[in-house]
Amino acid sequence: MRHGKYRFLIGALAPPLLLYGVFVVSPYAQAFYLALTDWDGLSAEARLVGLANFTDLWGDPLFLAALRNNAFLLLAVPTATIALALFFAACLTLGGRRRRGVRGSGLYRIVYFFPQLLSVAILGVLFQFVYTPGNGLLNGLLDAVGLDALQRSWLADPATALPAVTAVMVWSAVGFYVVLFTAAMESVPADIVEAAVLDGAGNLTVFRRITLPLVWDSVQVAYVYLGILALDGFALVQIMTVGPGGPDNATEVIGLTLYRAAFTYGEFGYASAMGVTLFFITLTLTALALRATKRERVELA
Amino acid sequence: MYAHPSRRSLLRASTMAGAAAVLSGCVTAGGDDPAPQATGAVTDDNPLGVPDGADLEVVIFNGGYGEEYTRHAVTLYEERHPDATVTHEGLQKVGEVLQPRFVSGEPPDVVDNSGAGRLDIAALAAAGQLTDLADLLDAPSLDDPAVPVRDLLLPGVVEDGTLDGTVRYLNYSYVVWGLWYSRSLFDRHGWSVPATWDDMLALCEDIKGAGIAPWTWQGKYPEYMMDPLQSLAAKAGGIELVHAIDNLEPDAWRHEAVLAAADAIHRLAAGGHFLEGSEGLSHTEAQNAWCSGRAAFIPCGSWIEGEQQDVTPEGFDMAMAAVPALTAADALPNGAVQGASSESFLVPAQARNPRGGLEYLRCLFSGEVARGFAESAKAMPVVRGATDGLDLAPGLASVAAALETAGDDVFGYKYRTWYPELAVEVDTATGELLAGRADPEQWADRIQAAADAVAADDSIAKHER
Repeated sequence: MRHGKYRFLIGALAPPLLLYGVFVVSPYAQAFYLALTDWDGLSAEARLVGLANFTDLWGDPLFLAALRNNAFLLLAVPTATIALALFFAACLTLGGRRRRGVRGSGLYRIVYFFPQLLSVAILGVLFQFVYTPGNGLLNGLLDAVGLDALQRSWLADPATALPAVTAVMVWSAVGFYVVLFTAAMESVPADIVEAAVLDGAGNLTVFRRITLPLVWDSVQVAYVYLGILALDGFALVQIMTVGPGGPDNATEVIGLTLYRAAFTYGEFGYASAMGVTLFFITLTLTALALRATKRERVELA
Repeated sequence: MYAHPSRRSLLRASTMAGAAAVLSGCVTAGGDDPAPQATGAVTDDNPLGVPDGADLEVVIFNGGYGEEYTRHAVTLYEERHPDATVTHEGLQKVGEVLQPRFVSGEPPDVVDNSGAGRLDIAALAAAGQLTDLADLLDAPSLDDPAVPVRDLLLPGVVEDGTLDGTVRYLNYSYVVWGLWYSRSLFDRHGWSVPATWDDMLALCEDIKGAGIAPWTWQGKYPEYMMDPLQSLAAKAGGIELVHAIDNLEPDAWRHEAVLAAADAIHRLAAGGHFLEGSEGLSHTEAQNAWCSGRAAFIPCGSWIEGEQQDVTPEGFDMAMAAVPALTAADALPNGAVQGASSESFLVPAQARNPRGGLEYLRCLFSGEVARGFAESAKAMPVVRGATDGLDLAPGLASVAAALETAGDDVFGYKYRTWYPELAVEVDTATGELLAGRADPEQWADRIQAAADAVAADDSIAKHER
């Protein structure tokens, strides 16, 4: 019977592993190889150029601008998203007089999820209208509340373009993490919270001392996912920004630089080198984030 | 979470491109054994020597211009060669369908290699896949046997299709760039199209006085504004300057004509002549603002009429004017315009019936088919005089008139297609110039630095004109 079991296991595992190998592992392996060549994407031949592509990267002002902007996104997007999502999730689960959430929390939970249902392309186009200079939604709103001094061409000003894109990323991501954190918070046993409250803990203390430690695993996962999201940003930048990537490279991201190098300049080798660099950056940051946020695991009885 | 798919699909695309590279390796290897290509007797009626009864296969890109005109040419071909069976197929993604056929040595006889999914024409030529079109250009035209096909084509068309000294393809549609305005709006206010840039600046003050923004532009894509800028430069500096820029000559971008042109455009921004916020508008938003009468001028290519046809108000009467002269002593005459051709027709080298392919193009590049193209596709064909006497839409009529005035003084830059990495920097710098964050000197220095970098980069293939 034992043999039969292994045969079954191997039979069941082989097809997915094969698919994974062909469609995930082999392209990655190929990208690593291409990063060492000067392949132009069309010719049959590619010359090995060693690490020249990687050394060129550090003298490429466009790539460096992209790195800088991705670093900004990496700081801003996860922090803002997690903070907002935790706040909203806490309101939904802990708020209200009887700690069952603020009134209408069921409805909010659904509404928060809406942005998640929109594709990035639609988001980009919608927010383009929000940021339209002159009579756009945002400028109109500022005008209506008497803050017309703040009106500007949001996406055409190097100072506000990247924050404007960041805001869209946060807006679109926050709903999903509200749902994730709400689910995690609801699994916190009510008696622990009750005991804390009986001991005289206020809402803030309950959140800080009880809820947050118990949902920390979810926060950690959220941080990694949002970090990956922040290292990308390609689609939004491509659709929304001036240029795209402008003004004056203010919204250039690695994905865009890579795409342009490959499909506009025909420098597939160089683009692969960027991809490989991004791969290692993502890997390193994920490992760092998991390590930095590591805490003692709390076991619930 | 879109981080994964985008990176993964990029890698997938590179895998597919890798497969394509392997396949195209076969392309050059398979060239040793060409399929038999028949030729027929050359007569006055059959100047290209199309073999009797040979079938013809035409594959075209069925895009914005439709396929009416290519079918029209099929009809002409069938009239001239009644024994031939002609198949005509319109596709959206020409490249995907034809790549394996090129690889296996069984391409069609004529291809319109256009649209987003087209094949890289330079790579096809390098792989020896394209027929030399010289015979076609020297053949008598269908309209007048005394005039060869070459002389029917608008200036620049043969040059556009020439790769390394050989004509490999011919473009069918002609795009002209200029300044667009509403004739009815100008008539109502008694404005006339300025002939010089000084007149333009004076007119801008008038227009502002009427409560309308003198200009708007497609700010998100600075190349739209680069077209009038480089037109001004070409007019002042002449065709030698255009060539110097395309050939990446040192200090070409710091030429006084280029600086003067940048200064002229910069004055529009400095004088507050742009519709507020234009630098943040997409092409649709800017063009709609112009169509709704909020701005008087917009720079664009001749496709704007088709692009705006659903939102253009009744009686708007759009027209294109040539970019005004920069100085009183310009090198090019006042009517000179920037023009370029697109929609590339080619005859594969391994076609079964290449003579038929050339003959088909002779039919296509005839006055009769070109007239039909102007009517059905609402665009300029590359055939001279094809739009004469036609009842054209107002915008297209103004384009035809501008071309008529320009005569042989049509210029075009190549750096954008030759060196895309330079074009990106040009656009970024132009965006900064128009937002008032860079002055013309800084603008020129920045672009010159990028041009020098491209010139010094051995990994970029260089071209010369």
